[in-house]
Amino acid sequence: MSGGGWRGRWFASPREATLSLVLLGLLAWTLPGLLRWALWDARWGGDAEACRAAVGACWAFVGEKWRLILFGLYPPGEQWRPALAMGLLAAVAAAAVWRRRPLWGAWAAVLALDAWLLAGGAGLAPVPVSRWGGLPLTLLLTVIGLAGAFPLALVLALGRRSPLPVVRLLATGYVELIRGVPLVSVLFMASTMFPLLLPPGFGLDKLARAQLALVLFVAAYLAEAIRGGLQAIPDGQYEAAAALGLGERRALATVILPQALRASLPAITGIAIGTFKDTSLVLIIGLFDLMTATRAALGDPRWLGFSAEAYLFAGSIYGVLSWALSRAGRRLEERG
Amino acid sequence: MSACVRQALLLALVLGGLAWFGHNAALKLAEQGVSGGFAFLGREAGFAIAESPLAYGPGDSYLRALAVGLLNTLKVAAPALLGATLLGTLVGIGLRARNRLAARLARAYVEALRNVPLLLQLFLWYALLTEALPPPRQAWQPLPGVFLSGRGLFLPAPGAHPAWAAAGWGLLAGLAAALPAGRWRRGRRGRGVAMVALVLAPPLAAWLAAGGLGAWTLPALSGFNFVGGLVLSPEFAALGLGLTLYSASYIAEIVRAGLDAVPAGQREAAAALGLKPGQALRLVVLPQALRVIVPPLAGQYLSLVKNSSLAVAIGYPDLVSVANTAINQTGHAIEGVAIIMAAYLSVSLAVAALMEVYNRRVALRGQA
Repeated sequence: MSGGGWRGRWFASPREATLSLVLLGLLAWTLPGLLRWALWDARWGGDAEACRAAVGACWAFVGEKWRLILFGLYPPGEQWRPALAMGLLAAVAAAAVWRRRPLWGAWAAVLALDAWLLAGGAGLAPVPVSRWGGLPLTLLLTVIGLAGAFPLALVLALGRRSPLPVVRLLATGYVELIRGVPLVSVLFMASTMFPLLLPPGFGLDKLARAQLALVLFVAAYLAEAIRGGLQAIPDGQYEAAAALGLGERRALATVILPQALRASLPAITGIAIGTFKDTSLVLIIGLFDLMTATRAALGDPRWLGFSAEAYLFAGSIYGVLSWALSRAGRRLEERG
Repeated sequence: MSACVRQALLLALVLGGLAWFGHNAALKLAEQGVSGGFAFLGREAGFAIAESPLAYGPGDSYLRALAVGLLNTLKVAAPALLGATLLGTLVGIGLRARNRLAARLARAYVEALRNVPLLLQLFLWYALLTEALPPPRQAWQPLPGVFLSGRGLFLPAPGAHPAWAAAGWGLLAGLAAALPAGRWRRGRRGRGVAMVALVLAPPLAAWLAAGGLGAWTLPALSGFNFVGGLVLSPEFAALGLGLTLYSASYIAEIVRAGLDAVPAGQREAAAALGLKPGQALRLVVLPQALRVIVPPLAGQYLSLVKNSSLAVAIGYPDLVSVANTAINQTGHAIEGVAIIMAAYLSVSLAVAALMEVYNRRVALRGQA
């Protein structure tokens, strides 16, 4: 029997059997305690007092705080709006991945609708940007961060391959500088230095500054991914485009870039997931994203000490969405 | 328009933009009464730093405070690099293990850790280390002299004792003995073990003879906390643990990709030569996989060093955290950010250069 059933798979040789037994022992040692904590001894409802009396996890805390964690300080009565905004975003993303088309128009329409849903006006109660928070803010930072970084990354990637030395030097210098420093330092630069660099009388709010920092940071990594894709294009493609009488720009737009972007898709997926996770760093400069909202929920003096539950809840949201992103990337790669 | 003119225009545009930013910054700083420049580095910092490899007090200069921050960054990054490499290699081999249970567990580990932000993981480890562990009075004692409590991990530290000097002399003697013995048993089995034993036995014997077992200072409970011994703060432990576990999940995928890049024929050939699976992995597969592994591994090492800057979120006094305090106190934002960036760029370049040297050693040579 190929595979050999469970005996052949786990106990094929003394070595395999030892390894299996050690691993099974490890599981037997850790898993029951973990399950008891997370499920059997857990409290699923009740107040903080009941939770503190229990030995297991306090999922009642998540039940009490999930709105704060998901939506931040957004007015409770209006939270259907960010929920709907996220639903629209998920729908257009799913449609684009499913049909393997960019759907530019649908994206633009959804982003405009989402902006209206979040900000209000024209029939909806206005909600100031400072009240936006939670998962919608995290998704907003991710989507606009990637979309804003893309054109800059394209310019940088082409610039690094330019025959003109000044262009090459500027593009290379920018990419290597940004890739050499941590995102935290770029966010600090945005929160402390950007206000100094603008002329008197002009200001950017905290969200715009963090968004700009994210765009500048992601663009450097995205540029390297696109450059990798450009390098994978054989010279014959350039020559063939020239032989067809295409000018340099049309050759780039219709022949080279579509192939290069396809080749760099796995790297771009990785960067998209990285950007989604990296948005959590805006906590450090005080924006109210999913990570900050989770910390805020933990700060309630009536419900102190349920950190593990809150982090596991927020972590599973990040985990599921990251996993969905990687799945989407894989589906786009296997374009038939 | 010729290429030269276009490039000159682009350069003028970039430099002009930078000059405009500089002009705006100068105006605003003058308004706030802050004078630019790095002279503030010599002034008294006036803040305490919780843990410091250097002697440091609030009376010391900003420069010294930043040096402490940089050393703290290196102090947490170095062991995390080592730990992540070992764990990542193990999990990476596990991902391709024939044992299904091992492969499943390795896959679960990678997916669970790679898909969740490092910052969240750091907060979780920090919460577990500070909230779930008992207070010092009820500290766990897994080994004699080792205490685990919500205030940190307390270990025995090498104390002032002649045994350490004896061990040092013993090590010199062992090396001196090993050098002429280097040619002995060349190419024979067990040579490596014999050489290691030759180098390590004299210092161990000398250390034991001089009473090395008593050469430790043990942590002891005094009031509400431990004194003496070696202390690993919860901040350090959470950051080190988080960086290690998170980076290991990326390194595991890099190792797996390296193993996949070695053709199956190589394993089969090794088996045909009579090598056992472990020997085949060590002598045939890994050396070839390293050529694929090392370049992305270098990138992962750089990420780890940069990720250590998340220390600021859990209160470990790394470079970014110290520089942030300095910026808030002095208003020298541009200089502070420039110092952070210069420091990370130097560390990144150093790590990249070291990895490049190693890469040359493992790269394929003399390809016909």
